Amino acid sequence: MNQAQAALKYSKEHEWVEVLDNECVRVGITQFAQEQLGDIVFIELPEQGTAVKADESMGTVESVKAVSDIYSPVSGEVVEVNRELEDAPETINGDAYGAGWMVVIKLANPAELDELMTAEQYEAFSKEEE
Amino acid sequence: MSALKQTPVYSLYKEHGAKTIDFGGWDLPVQFSSIQKEHEAVRTKAGLFDVSHMGEVEVKGPDALAFLQKIATNDASKLVEGQAQYSIMCYPDGGTVDDLLIYKLGAEHYLLVVNAANIEKDYDWMQKHAEGDMTLRNISDETAQLAVQGPLAETVLQKLTNTNLAEIRFFHFKQNVMLSGISALVSRTGYTGEDGFEIYMQAQDAPTLWNSILEVGGEDVLPCGLGARDTLRFEARLPLYGQELSRDISPIEAGLGFAVKVDKPVPFIGQDALKEQKENGAPRKLVGIEMMERGIPRTHYNVYVGEEKIGEVTTGTQSPTLKKNVGLALVKREYGELDTEIEVEIRGKRVKAKIIRTPFYKRT
Repeated sequence: MNQAQAALKYSKEHEWVEVLDNECVRVGITQFAQEQLGDIVFIELPEQGTAVKADESMGTVESVKAVSDIYSPVSGEVVEVNRELEDAPETINGDAYGAGWMVVIKLANPAELDELMTAEQYEAFSKEEE
Repeated sequence: MSALKQTPVYSLYKEHGAKTIDFGGWDLPVQFSSIQKEHEAVRTKAGLFDVSHMGEVEVKGPDALAFLQKIATNDASKLVEGQAQYSIMCYPDGGTVDDLLIYKLGAEHYLLVVNAANIEKDYDWMQKHAEGDMTLRNISDETAQLAVQGPLAETVLQKLTNTNLAEIRFFHFKQNVMLSGISALVSRTGYTGEDGFEIYMQAQDAPTLWNSILEVGGEDVLPCGLGARDTLRFEARLPLYGQELSRDISPIEAGLGFAVKVDKPVPFIGQDALKEQKENGAPRKLVGIEMMERGIPRTHYNVYVGEEKIGEVTTGTQSPTLKKNVGLALVKREYGELDTEIEVEIRGKRVKAKIIRTPFYKRT
């Protein structure tokens, strides 16, 4: 695992969270999640301005075979959306932690970040799910 | 502990990176590398599938043909030795027990190939309707099947045998073909819409043949899983039992009238119901749909015209060949015309689609 990924936080629904500053986080799905899904062919992301809640669905990602929800790891407001994914959802397969980011959320309750897993915890968690 | 059944090739899956899933009680690979890559390999080069989970039933005896004529919708009397036929078994009301391939091995000797999930149900059905001087034998456990599919299938397989495979025409087969020392039945059939072969052999021989095919095939052959098998068969509009065909869906509704010979001189189970549907039209019709707005149609999604629910999607995905979001849907017949605008309900939202011609893909 590289340094950047080690600095991220992780949810039980396989989203990663990058803390940008005290107010905002960037969110995507993990390498493990994209591998489980296989070839991603479609994505539905929330609109800018949408209020999201921790552990509730904020969109969907579809592979050739399956439809999966994208859960928001935190509560807040969607302030930025990676619209480029709509035309090139396969970007998530190729670069889940980089160009495959999905949304930036303005935190409603920064304390929720403490509920998320560290990289080490997530690694152990996803191994169990394999 | 896993109680899932495994094919004889199972132990080789891991070294090719297989991701396995529970498929009707079997632990089978959904993909090895990537569904899209495997799909493309079959369309452009060749793919190797382990389909040993499929069921095989041997029918033998002077009354074997009469039995087949009674339980199957197609006309098995037209088969010559070395020829295979696609057929369907129906209930008296026209609903589908299963679809199958019938191979004529000898004058009074046939091999039936049925769907894995239906083996027990089919065998019970066959035993119930068996009569006269004939025997039925479920040889599913001792029989393995590999499929090599794609434009390079013949080139690859030919490297393993002295038998001239070019002589095997579509829907024909040869028995006792020696493939790298293994005796097999080699049939020019498949479930992908491409040229290719289905190879039947003793279960214990399958791992050796699997390795041999990958070895001689080199870069021309990719191991493929059920994911690609499904997208390939779907593009070619080949039905999947449980989706396009079922207890509640007749072969006429599924657009398989070509395999239902309602004027067969001997009566068969479901004949009256199917004849009525063929002559007067079935209440529903299987059609192709293409999304006009963003969204992928999936199995069981509801289909609407205005406020009327006209049917549901049976299979849908993004076609790996066409890169379009397409599906098959079983709809009320009156809405089944080409270009009819419909809506598919995707996660509570109605999304525009239209009826298009099928198959989505046809090899040139």
